[in-house]
Amino acid sequence: MAKITYIEHNGTNHTVDVQNGLTVMEGAVQNDIPGIDADCGGSMACATCHVYVKEDWFDKINKKNEGEDDMLDQAYEPKKNSRLSCQIIVSDDLDGLVVDMPEKQT
Amino acid sequence: MIKTDALIIGAGPTGLFTAHQLKLIGLDCEIVDNLDKIGGQCIELYPDKPIYDIPAVPECTGEELTNNLINQLKPFDIKFHLSERVDEVKKDGDKWIVKTNKGNVFTTPNVIIAGGVGSFEPRKFSVEGHEKFEDKSILYSIKDKNIFKGRTVSIFGGGDSALDWAVELSNNCNVNLIHRRDEFRGAQATVDKVHELTKSKKINLFTKFQLKKINGSSNIESIDIEDDDKNIKNLKTDYVLGFFGLIMQLGPIANWGLNINKKTVEVDTEKFETNQKGIYAVGDICNYPGKLKLILSGFHEGALAARACFKLARPNEKYRFEFTTSSKAIKNRLGVKSD
Repeated sequence: MAKITYIEHNGTNHTVDVQNGLTVMEGAVQNDIPGIDADCGGSMACATCHVYVKEDWFDKINKKNEGEDDMLDQAYEPKKNSRLSCQIIVSDDLDGLVVDMPEKQT
Repeated sequence: MIKTDALIIGAGPTGLFTAHQLKLIGLDCEIVDNLDKIGGQCIELYPDKPIYDIPAVPECTGEELTNNLINQLKPFDIKFHLSERVDEVKKDGDKWIVKTNKGNVFTTPNVIIAGGVGSFEPRKFSVEGHEKFEDKSILYSIKDKNIFKGRTVSIFGGGDSALDWAVELSNNCNVNLIHRRDEFRGAQATVDKVHELTKSKKINLFTKFQLKKINGSSNIESIDIEDDDKNIKNLKTDYVLGFFGLIMQLGPIANWGLNINKKTVEVDTEKFETNQKGIYAVGDICNYPGKLKLILSGFHEGALAARACFKLARPNEKYRFEFTTSSKAIKNRLGVKSD
């Protein structure tokens, strides 16, 4: 279990408990947090669960998967700290993780 | 004006199997899809990814599933309208008049929306003021490459489209290629070619840069690109091309008077009809209590919507349920011998 904070582009904070083994994307979708579309359902085939991971967390979470950067090329306003939230698996180590969401996904 | 018993919007697996069900019960149908090929998300997003939950098919890829569905439609003559988007659906008595962006007009008692997550559209630039240059000097696809001859073209993106056009246009244009990182996702041979052309100064390559600003009033004069460390470069350019892949947009469906909830269309579970009589929604785009976004659910929904279409298309006939194993009429439609 990890407490994860999702910050909408307008600054609204959502902090929820997400079970280990779920992805950060699933944590948002299951808690009805707006700002993550996840059109493809987590198969790394779109770029609509795009988040910005706070700098201090970026190096601590699992590295990008092969192909993830290819999808991020197609994301809305990708930055250096961009990730696809469907590729970040939640574990106890992620307790306190903060992700910012882009203005929109599509 | 094209007359048909049912018009299907979307040529993904659900649309294809719905067409099969319509033809099986003796109805005509035509299919419109905004993509240039049949298969929807299966072919556009994950042609190579294995799917494990199609009943009786232990494992198949998106492409294999699509090919099997197309094969299943072989006995039937179904007209596909590809690279075409339905823009307008209007009521006309007990019929619907459906208009596409290519000027086709359909008249039909039944419209079946099998649109997945909406239509695929190119992802656009997000910088301020890009809209006024769109379709003139900012383009997301190329229809006539000759317009660029002798001009400066700035291409954004790192996939095959961006790289192929950079190579092609470098023959007779001044090409800037700009990408947000050092690595490209295009074919290795093309990547090598781009690096070669960069060395010979045929292509000006800017990696780790993204579009920051567009300068110019009626025409683009130059663009500012910015890297991760906020360094800005100004590039003179006549055209800006963006190749960032496709995104899915609900698009015009939102304007047809349907009950829409979170990018999905609300339907009943008897006919999969929307709040508009004769308009159905099936597959990922429909929504009802307990809805699962599975391909197999789309097949079920399409089968029921097809039966509902029969009533409106053949108001004076009674629909009789028949099995493909025993029905002579169905076997005739399939062109197989009956016992």
